[in-house]
Amino acid sequence: MNDNTTWQGMQFGLMSVSDITRNPLTRETPSEAQRIRDVVTIAKHAEDAGLDVFAIGEHHNPPFFSSSPTTTLAYIAAQTERLLVSTSTTLITTNDPVRIAEDYAMLQHLSGGRMDLMMGRGNTGPVYPWFGKDIRQGLPLAIENYQLLHRLWREDVVDFEGKFRTALNGFTSTPRPLDDVAPFVWHGSIRTPEIAEQAAYYGDGFFANNIFWPKEHYQRLISLYRQRYAHYGHGTPEQAIVGLGGQAFMAKNSQDAIDQFRPFFNAAPVYGNGPSMEDFTEMTPLTVGSPQQVIDRYAAMRDYYGDYQRQLFLVDHAGLPLKMVLEQIDFLGQDVVPVLRRELQKNRPANVPDAPTHAALVKAKYGDKAPRQPRPNANRGDNVTGGSPYQDTESAFGSAANR
Amino acid sequence: MSRRIAVVSAGLSDPSSTRMLADKLVQAVFEALDDRGVEREARVFELRDVAHDITNNLLTGFAPKALAEMNDYVAKADALIAVTPIFSTSYSGLFKSWIDVLDRDAIEGTPVLLGATAGTARHSLAIDYAMRPLFTHLHAEPISTGVFAASSDWGAEADSVAPLQKRIDRAAGELADRLSGSSVPQKTDPFAPEAYLAGGSSFEDLLTKLPSRG
Repeated sequence: MNDNTTWQGMQFGLMSVSDITRNPLTRETPSEAQRIRDVVTIAKHAEDAGLDVFAIGEHHNPPFFSSSPTTTLAYIAAQTERLLVSTSTTLITTNDPVRIAEDYAMLQHLSGGRMDLMMGRGNTGPVYPWFGKDIRQGLPLAIENYQLLHRLWREDVVDFEGKFRTALNGFTSTPRPLDDVAPFVWHGSIRTPEIAEQAAYYGDGFFANNIFWPKEHYQRLISLYRQRYAHYGHGTPEQAIVGLGGQAFMAKNSQDAIDQFRPFFNAAPVYGNGPSMEDFTEMTPLTVGSPQQVIDRYAAMRDYYGDYQRQLFLVDHAGLPLKMVLEQIDFLGQDVVPVLRRELQKNRPANVPDAPTHAALVKAKYGDKAPRQPRPNANRGDNVTGGSPYQDTESAFGSAANR
Repeated sequence: MSRRIAVVSAGLSDPSSTRMLADKLVQAVFEALDDRGVEREARVFELRDVAHDITNNLLTGFAPKALAEMNDYVAKADALIAVTPIFSTSYSGLFKSWIDVLDRDAIEGTPVLLGATAGTARHSLAIDYAMRPLFTHLHAEPISTGVFAASSDWGAEADSVAPLQKRIDRAAGELADRLSGSSVPQKTDPFAPEAYLAGGSSFEDLLTKLPSRG
């Protein structure tokens, strides 16, 4: 275990797409069973290497396996002690916000608060019709669904009427969030100003995947998010909560990294047959080289985006075998992240907030007081508890209604 | 304020008759704007120069630098002059691929002068059955006269009743009128809150009236 967990200002970790891709060298495609076992190994190795976060995406079609992220993440949380589990991303468009509220509150309890989640709209068109939604309504779905989710985690009893979901009357999402503090939420977007606005409005985090596009593209969204975060009174633009993705492949010396990664790059579904690896690494944050090159590239990110809170790397993709993925995690844990922690701590203004944690959110809500622990009222015999579901809140109908 | 005109030529050879037509069109538009006392500037882009970038954009989802700069100029321009060779009865594949990687709202409301070239005048309607619907789909505003130049227009067999220059001047005049009137469309920044909040000032406006775009 590395001793680089002292500074909480920034969290470093992994984000997985959950793709099951043929290894172009062996021409073998892992089975779903193999890849699912591997991803647990990868997440546990991330903790052992001193990383802070493991995030996984959500997909509903092959060649991806992660249809049920909370199951995977709860299992990982149970097998780790310190690692924070998250998503990259959770589909706010096609999932029922009630199920997101319930599933992730469960994950929050079981992981002891070591979780957060990232909202996204998805990038696979047919997922919308598969779940009975219209892709042309993607943005309105994201806006309405998140508004409901936000309320479900903050109000014991919710009445709701919207455009997309059946109405709710007197609905209580169970369990209530751990310590009655909603999980921290990031909003991920690569092109939509309304989503940056949404993150700013709620005072939530904003995440730029920072993988496929040149940095100028993300700069525009992040600076908009920062300005609007201040506009809504959550703090100064510098106090907004920003996360970035990234992508690297390392070897001790850079030519080895280039030689080892090229066959995977050339065959990768997302960039194969496109620009050369040299052009792609120049245009995007993908860095293929020595650990020092990765340090230099990522230490400079804050010059473009401002001081930020979370840096995630994509390392388990494009058919890279487990052994190589674990080696990459070792490079991150031993060579890259300790230096980045040190470098990014330097000259960081005191008013830039630390990365969000459950403990910090509890402290912000309760100070030194004990957090609320909701206890439900008795079952009346019809499997509901009446107008007030919890013992510490007054019924809207007065105490008689709770008899 | 100076009017910015983006000129995009999809000609493949160098020199190409498509580029020659593009140059003649921008020159005529400049003269027409000068007559109307309107300041102007233009940049001419050859799709050949960014052909690999366009393919890479199709494959990776983002525009390499040169293409991104060109598309940015096009998106911010007050007018577009788009000229393509006609291949197999329609705009060239490269021209369409460029359109496919352009942001879908990049030229919304932009006046467009359509130009095309081909070996014979028998393809002249391609401007109206192929190019015009494409630009209408993008909510651009193609002006009514499109200019088609066949190989013969450059030589002795040219149309003497309605010669190429006369058609060019007519189109240039129409575009210049659009650019000198009081109702010149103002380009809005899609990342300006007043643009994406649909005139509102707060995200709450989107909560009460969900946006119409997906």
